[in-house]
Amino acid sequence: MALIKCNNACFGYDGTPVLTDVNFAVNKGDYLCIVGENGSGKSTLIKGLLKLKTPVSGTVETGDGLLSTEIGYLPQQSEAQKNFPASVYEVVLSGRLNSCHRRPFFSAEDKKAANEKLELMGMSDMKKRCYHELSGGQQQRVLLARALCATKKLLLLDEPVAGLDPIVTNDMYKLIEKINKEHGITIIMVSHDIAAAVKYSTHILQLGHKQLFFGSTSEYTKSNWGKTFLGGEENV
Amino acid sequence: MSEILSRIADYFAVASIPRAFILGLVVSVCASLLGVSLVLKRYSMIGDGLAHVGYGTLTVAYVLNTESIYISIPVVVAAAFFLLRLSENGKIKGDSAIAIVSSTSLALGTFITYITNNNTADVCNYLFGSMLNIKKDVAILSMILSVVVIVFFVLLYNRIFAVTFDETFAKATGTKAGLYNSAIALLTAITVVVGMKIMGAMLISSLIIFPSLTSMRFCKHFKAVVIYSAIISFICYIIGFFTALLTGTPTGAGIVLINAAIFIIVSLITAIYKRKGLKK
Repeated sequence: MALIKCNNACFGYDGTPVLTDVNFAVNKGDYLCIVGENGSGKSTLIKGLLKLKTPVSGTVETGDGLLSTEIGYLPQQSEAQKNFPASVYEVVLSGRLNSCHRRPFFSAEDKKAANEKLELMGMSDMKKRCYHELSGGQQQRVLLARALCATKKLLLLDEPVAGLDPIVTNDMYKLIEKINKEHGITIIMVSHDIAAAVKYSTHILQLGHKQLFFGSTSEYTKSNWGKTFLGGEENV
Repeated sequence: MSEILSRIADYFAVASIPRAFILGLVVSVCASLLGVSLVLKRYSMIGDGLAHVGYGTLTVAYVLNTESIYISIPVVVAAAFFLLRLSENGKIKGDSAIAIVSSTSLALGTFITYITNNNTADVCNYLFGSMLNIKKDVAILSMILSVVVIVFFVLLYNRIFAVTFDETFAKATGTKAGLYNSAIALLTAITVVVGMKIMGAMLISSLIIFPSLTSMRFCKHFKAVVIYSAIISFICYIIGFFTALLTGTPTGAGIVLINAAIFIIVSLITAIYKRKGLKK
């Protein structure tokens, strides 16, 4: 059984379809990259996978013991968090809320998990720092640690390297690869960076208001879509 | 000094004054706690808007000749949910939604006051508060409500943080953001209605905004902001209350002015401190 599966899923806003006929499945250990131009429906699909948006038709199913509330989510950087007074530790710990159920406060186990994820991201020294004073790359690591606190199985990353410089971008990709390979966490990542998508992923999903391609990365590079985009990339 | 103390003792011998003092203290702590989340959510003016709704209900209560709190609580709570829904739907933005609800209620209140020939001293009490005319049963109810607000805030603290910091993430990982936003609105509505008695409709929103803004000047952790906000509110209330009592000026105005003064002082100190830090 797949971790997450879309069956003929269609999404729309106010009756206007933005994304139609999405059919794909993600299995344990996969590293799926979702690519496509701006406005192709990537963000909509993310909302659908997180159950923040219900499909107009078709279904989004989670399986293999995964609840939709157990997906670790790394949102796009938002301006709203600027100047927000919160420590790194407070932000990471908030990722454990879904394991609290009805408990009002965090347990020792929650705190231990938060510390472990900070360690994994190499951010333990920054634990008491203020989140908004960190650099873009450090903020992403903190949010990644929070996402890891919320899941044991699946991470959903929405453009995790947007706005980062090349060195930090590379570090971020390495970190995601490590989480995928060493910790066995399945990755779904939205990306604009096709070259990196092909380099790190096992599967590719290309969107353009509908599903244009879904398959393994090696199939993608041989396909017309892959040739067009990767060829285009080299010409730039 | 002993003269001042004996004057305070004289005032406190009047039953309604210690009652009003404690009630005001608890309400200002409530307001400062909720204020942290409201300010960070860019929702500071909700207190002001709800207070104006409260003013409208006071005039209606006056006409009906009933105790205002029994009408204010349900109406203001309903207004709080209405404001929340309006801005969540995105049809009308939060600030505009607050403005229309607030000005409509203010206009309605004024209109009712005029056609019923209500005397202006009462209106002044509604707008700027009065601690002397709080009845015992109302004071007890207000006290219970305020304690409920504080207990709920503490129990929901972690959820409130999550929903305030990143609502999308909270929703995606199964925190019922809508429910907790409603809880914040409900607690705010109760605080506003209760606080309006003492602070007045015009000034209650400053109790929500000032303490958290002041603590955000020097605190970098959310928990610290919440704790210092409550402490600052507590101190400002005590200074403001006694100043007003001894000088015979309106309590609400005194407390707000002390809050404003502390905000300015803290802002200056942190600005100087930062500049020194940069020079090193």
